[in-house]
Amino acid sequence: MQRSVRTEGNRNSSGIKKLLTSNEAIAEAVRIAKPDVIAAYPITPQSPIVERLAEMVDSGELDASFVRVESEYSAMAVVHGAATAGARVFTATSSHGLAYMFEMCWWIAGSRLPAVMAVATRSIGAPWNIHGDHTDIMSLRDAGWIIGMAESAQEAFDMTLQAFVVSEEVNIPFAVGIDAFTMSHTAEVVEVRDVRLPKRKQAYRILPDMEVAVNAVTLGDARMRARYDLAVDLEKSAEVIERTDSEFGSYGGLVEKYRLEDAEYAVVMAGGWCGDAKDAIDMLRDEGVKIGMLRLRFIRPFPEKAVKELPSEILVVDRANTGFRGILGIETSSCGVEVKNVVAGLGGLYVDVDRFYNLFRKFVDGKIEKVEWLI
Amino acid sequence: MDLSPIISKKTVASAGETGSWRNYRPAVIAELCSKCRNCVLYCPEGVISVGENSVEIDYNFCKGCGICKEVCEQRAIEIVPE
Amino acid sequence: MILPGNASCQGCPISMAMRCLDEISKPVLVIPAGCSTVIAGLHPKSAMNGPVVHVPFPSTHSVAAGLSEAYKRIGVKANVVAWMGDGAADIGFAALSASAARKDDLITIVVDNEAYMNTGTQASLSTFWKARTTTSPAGKTEERRNLALIMLAHKADYVATASVGYIRDLRRKFRKAGVMKGFRFIHVHTPCPPGWKFPSEKTVDVARKAVMSGAWILWEYDGKLKLSKAGEKYASKENRIPLEDYLKQGRFSHLSDEEIRELEQKIDEDWELLLRFS
Repeated sequence: MQRSVRTEGNRNSSGIKKLLTSNEAIAEAVRIAKPDVIAAYPITPQSPIVERLAEMVDSGELDASFVRVESEYSAMAVVHGAATAGARVFTATSSHGLAYMFEMCWWIAGSRLPAVMAVATRSIGAPWNIHGDHTDIMSLRDAGWIIGMAESAQEAFDMTLQAFVVSEEVNIPFAVGIDAFTMSHTAEVVEVRDVRLPKRKQAYRILPDMEVAVNAVTLGDARMRARYDLAVDLEKSAEVIERTDSEFGSYGGLVEKYRLEDAEYAVVMAGGWCGDAKDAIDMLRDEGVKIGMLRLRFIRPFPEKAVKELPSEILVVDRANTGFRGILGIETSSCGVEVKNVVAGLGGLYVDVDRFYNLFRKFVDGKIEKVEWLI
Repeated sequence: MDLSPIISKKTVASAGETGSWRNYRPAVIAELCSKCRNCVLYCPEGVISVGENSVEIDYNFCKGCGICKEVCEQRAIEIVPE
Repeated sequence: MILPGNASCQGCPISMAMRCLDEISKPVLVIPAGCSTVIAGLHPKSAMNGPVVHVPFPSTHSVAAGLSEAYKRIGVKANVVAWMGDGAADIGFAALSASAARKDDLITIVVDNEAYMNTGTQASLSTFWKARTTTSPAGKTEERRNLALIMLAHKADYVATASVGYIRDLRRKFRKAGVMKGFRFIHVHTPCPPGWKFPSEKTVDVARKAVMSGAWILWEYDGKLKLSKAGEKYASKENRIPLEDYLKQGRFSHLSDEEIRELEQKIDEDWELLLRFS
């Protein structure tokens, strides 16, 4: 499935600088990607993405069908149907919306249909909480999606465009995560590059007069093979992500290595809150502590190679838990490294630069337990 | 990409030669048949067609449900044990 | 559209109705979980000579809407058919309602065998009053939901009820829906031999007795509601056959005469309600 991605004008176009929230940046990227069908149901804090897209469709700025559905379940189902027919598709959701569409997330992945979804990452109840953590997007890990997590509005913009290219090359749906509010509703300067994506390509589509069925009840080894192929192709998507990285902002592929060159201590994190954590790392660096960060830009495929290259002292800071441990803590230690794991920032609980500083100081001083919760 | 695990292809006899399910078979009494097509229309399997003198049944797939006999207004179909 | 040698039971009404899909040009079938999933063929075989998209239970209408919308955009002519049982209509009701309200360009066909047959005859919202199912062993106590009337309330472009007992009428309705545009809904009564406990040769007989006793009303709406010719005379009670004749099914064998009179009352109320719209 090797195919060179030609995205005309990416490198040379300087783009227009605009002040945009990550929600708005994603909407701009979707406009540029020229989807055929968008289906979405509102949920805080994602709603401004689809409201902006609805405006673009109604004003004629974007020539696409916007299907107003009655639920997130149907948003993903409409996207599934449209992708089956060969349309470029987009949806966005968050939190309970992702939970509600969960079944369809498995179906679109198992059906090997390219699709792009933005997820404004938010906690899942109970109790009710509309603020940020990574509980929702982490639930996609087993479904067979590519899962990216941006750190800035610019990266959200670039990753959304890259998502269409990667998804349509490897026939796997792609979720772009942005942290609730601190990204979704916070404006930054974004360079909006007007790139032209390749035409939609996909492994198959279903048209009238075809004498085939897709996803009939399987017996024997078909389901096993389908699942194996998806797992293998999901791993292989790393190559496509890395190959196309320079076309979409040159972030470093699956990971961003921040001050890691000579580091003796490594912090592993993902998402928008990495920005504050980097400030804390800078403070420790100023004090002469050799610490850096491995920012996981992708959770699937998981950046195993980069994890294995880390120094022996590793702290994984998680914003989602399974049982008592953090999810990324488990993922990272599965690569064969020893980690300390801290669960923090659930339900939007703010971890500011000072708290990060204190946490990392404690880590460097060897005073962090195997697993801790920063409450 | 290998699509064989998720794509199925058109097949007659997807569940085999379903004629083997039969305990009773419908038999057409040709001289009574008016070719009204009732049995053709109502047969759940679509295995009855209009032939030269009367309707004809494809016994490879007829499951022997007996609906054809019930909808025949000429009483031109009888049910006989296999 | 359905090919011989498929997995339907002997005397299956769904298979009968599926054959009538040849009245609809360029169909693309969307089939959620149910008996139809199995009848349409197990991988790697498809028992249909046209395209089938198998989907999860509650998603049918939304997947169909996505297909229809995409075909429109890429300029492909198609009749997207959301083909489901009463079970999928229950669990996918929100999506069905939204699709009808959007007036999505697709045909919905609900083959209603009045219970969740593929999982072993559990009660559905369509199950006849007092009928025994595996989850209502003493008889169903809830209301029988009238799906077609609900679609009428959505002002769908076309709404019809049909029955496998009146296959020419059913074919005419499929044909009519096939050449129309917009949201088209056909509710097909499909008596199920193993689920309702009657012999396989009686499918058509039972279906006709449902209409003749007034228990299933044949009507259509295309801006105006009218009773279908095949069953209009049963609007008058004197033309109906005794309800007992229809209820000669295993699922009703427990009913007392008094309960049957109650059912007659329910049927009268249904007629009265429907005719208010005509």
